[in-house]
Amino acid sequence: MNAEIPTMIGKRLILSVITLLIVSFAVFFATNMLPGDTAAILLGQAATPEAVEGLRHAMHLDEPAVLRFLRWLGGVFTGDLGTSYANNMSIATLIGSRFVNTMELAGITTLVAVPLALTLGITAAVMRGSVYDRIVTVLTIGVISVPEFVVASTAVLIFAVYLKWLPAISFVNEVHSLSDLLRMYAMPVVTLTFVVSAQIIRMTRAAVIETLSTPYVEMALLKGASRSRIVLRHALPNSLGPIVNALALSLSYLIGGVIIIETIFNYPGIAKLMVDAVATRDLPLIQTCALIFCLGYLILITIADIIAILSNPRLR
Amino acid sequence: MSKIVEIRNLRVEATTDSGRRIEIIKGIDIEIAKGEIVALIGESGSGKTTIALTLMGHTRPGCRISDGSILVDGKDMAKLSERERSAVRGTEVAYVPQSAAAAFNPSQTIMDQVIEVTRIHGLMTPEKARERAVELFRALSLPSPETIGTRYPHQVSGGQLQRLAAAMALIGDPKLVIFDEPTTALDVTTQIDVLRAFKSVMKAGGISGVYVSHDLAVVAQIADRIVVLKGGEVQEKGTTDAILSAPKHAYTRELLAAFEPKETQFAEQPIEKPRPLLEIENVIGGYGPIQPNGLPFIQAVRSVSLSVQKGRNLGIIGESGCGKSTLARCIAGILPANAGNIVFDGKELDHAARRRTRDQLREMQIVFQYADTALNPAKPIDDILGRPLSFYHGLSGKARSARVEELLDMVQLPKSLRYRHPSELSGGQKQRINFARALAANPKLIICDEITSALDTVVAAAIIELLKELQRELDLSYIFISHDLSVVEAICDEIVVMYRGEKVEHLTREDVKAPTHPYSKLLFSSVPKLDPTWLDNLVLEPELVRQYGGA
Repeated sequence: MNAEIPTMIGKRLILSVITLLIVSFAVFFATNMLPGDTAAILLGQAATPEAVEGLRHAMHLDEPAVLRFLRWLGGVFTGDLGTSYANNMSIATLIGSRFVNTMELAGITTLVAVPLALTLGITAAVMRGSVYDRIVTVLTIGVISVPEFVVASTAVLIFAVYLKWLPAISFVNEVHSLSDLLRMYAMPVVTLTFVVSAQIIRMTRAAVIETLSTPYVEMALLKGASRSRIVLRHALPNSLGPIVNALALSLSYLIGGVIIIETIFNYPGIAKLMVDAVATRDLPLIQTCALIFCLGYLILITIADIIAILSNPRLR
Repeated sequence: MSKIVEIRNLRVEATTDSGRRIEIIKGIDIEIAKGEIVALIGESGSGKTTIALTLMGHTRPGCRISDGSILVDGKDMAKLSERERSAVRGTEVAYVPQSAAAAFNPSQTIMDQVIEVTRIHGLMTPEKARERAVELFRALSLPSPETIGTRYPHQVSGGQLQRLAAAMALIGDPKLVIFDEPTTALDVTTQIDVLRAFKSVMKAGGISGVYVSHDLAVVAQIADRIVVLKGGEVQEKGTTDAILSAPKHAYTRELLAAFEPKETQFAEQPIEKPRPLLEIENVIGGYGPIQPNGLPFIQAVRSVSLSVQKGRNLGIIGESGCGKSTLARCIAGILPANAGNIVFDGKELDHAARRRTRDQLREMQIVFQYADTALNPAKPIDDILGRPLSFYHGLSGKARSARVEELLDMVQLPKSLRYRHPSELSGGQKQRINFARALAANPKLIICDEITSALDTVVAAAIIELLKELQRELDLSYIFISHDLSVVEAICDEIVVMYRGEKVEHLTREDVKAPTHPYSKLLFSSVPKLDPTWLDNLVLEPELVRQYGGA
């Protein structure tokens, strides 16, 4: 083990924390620029100037933004995410079950998409130029080009409306059996798998093709190694860095980028929660959701970077 | 004697990017007897590596064996199935690659890769294979044979990797070993050790070999017979002695001629000492963070002083890593020197190129080793040569166009080349363009950094001739950097020998045959000679080798 590795990983982690701070700052001020006055919206019909003024004061909305930012940041670090403007519930409670739902969907999609995408990417690279490779390439490009809402809507149209095999929307609370579970997750998971695997397939294929053309792969071939040995022992370990990064990028989409999917299938995840929060100007909720997305993204990317550092023998 | 290899009427086809099929090997016949080492020699593109690889039934992507038979120990490699070929590879025919540094998987230990052949073919238990590997390491005189296998490829030197690659090839007890330019990437002092190790192991095991190389002198040391190739055809074959002493084919003579010391007329030493064109004093340059004393962490050039007289040439010679290229970059100001003075044409130059005047920049040009990377692949030659003309001389339109043609003429290239892109030129042509671009500035001094190293012997010799001719016409001075003594000798009036960042010796033409510094002695005596007995008779002082030897 090289002494530099802990230092490099340490630096990488510090960088992540700094990024998180910058993002929280940006998110806070961006949400504050949303048009409309929270107090006025909350009071609705009863919005007399005095009442609005009183509520603004009670909610600290009359304080300078920087002060509110620091107050909020301090709360986040002590575990107090604040209370929702809209219904006075604690943000932690609001997000809690939604977060579990999102992670469930993300987890199941990962289990389906990653092995599928890696297999397709690697096999396409190995059989480069073959009919199989061309079909995979054309299909992935096709999937990338079609927006996910089209995929989702088409799926709903076919499987829920015409064939009536699957429910059009997901009712998490009505799951009683395994078949219910499968039926509920089938369409969201398949749609998300489409979206995330395309990039993974392309990146994996490119990375493996690159290592397959290296002299050490030719050397392995000239040692009499079988194709699977060449790919698994010589090509893959050396293309791990780019592949893991592609994985992290695609998977981070499952946390923050699923808004459209959750909306179309009416799936109770945090992305949908965030959309609803925007409608009610629920600033603390929006901020927390954004922070969670950013955190998920950062965790994945940091893990990918650390794996890339560890898989580089020059650093080991 | 029975034959181990019989190649009959071998033809190999390549498909170009545009889908056109061209024949790159045009019906050749080669035989190799048991225990014999046959060299395939020729310039790049002559098909020598392609032929060698067909002995393992392998062709590079885009190529295929279109006709003929390749009998290796009675099996026709062209007709075997992929599975049958795999079974032969590593056990009967083994391969030693050109660049071992690239042929080792960076993420596995050396031992794992060396014994992989035994694992793939189930030849012996891993314990036994490791023992055998250590024996081979010892036979190839590798340092610390017991533990070198536990390292990763980047942790050992190039010369050691090349010997480790030989161990990797020999572990399966092959009947035939293919060496693909195995010493081309090595320094001469290292090359000697590697060649010796190969030769003794091959002889001890009575193994047949195919030795692919472009270097006739190296081949002379190791091969029993030589096959000379050009354009995918056999030009001449015969015993090593016969080829060296009585070459029949014109191309063979050309190859040999490139080795002959050139009778060159050097300008008579002027009586009065003229003012030097370039004078550098105690230049220090390097890389890494600047230390409190103002010097870089890694000093690649340590206090070097030298001078170049007007109209004369200075050679800088040394092994890779000796700091010769860094020195060139310091003089040109690309890498600002950290200390010392650079006086050019009587005026002190700033260390950094961007603080030099345009005229100072114009008068000193640098030409890099790899024309491939030095020429912008997206621009036609016209633009590449035209840019310095506009930049330094403000030329445009017809004047610029006329000057581009003149420059092409100077480097002896047809005018029609101006509309082509670098990728449409041969290696030698690209290097000529690279050089013409430096000429475009009308310089007084041109720094040539290994400009012939990536070229074939015959092409390189032609470039050297061109440089000499241009010098006579244009009153140029060159600083000529190379690791190849014969190239430097051919063109330089004075030679500076560098070792580990320091100038160890300054030789004039008269004493180039008799260097006094021990490192120069070792370096000069390590250059292979055409004489086939040279390696066997070469006696290097062990003390010298220990102190300065490769690896």
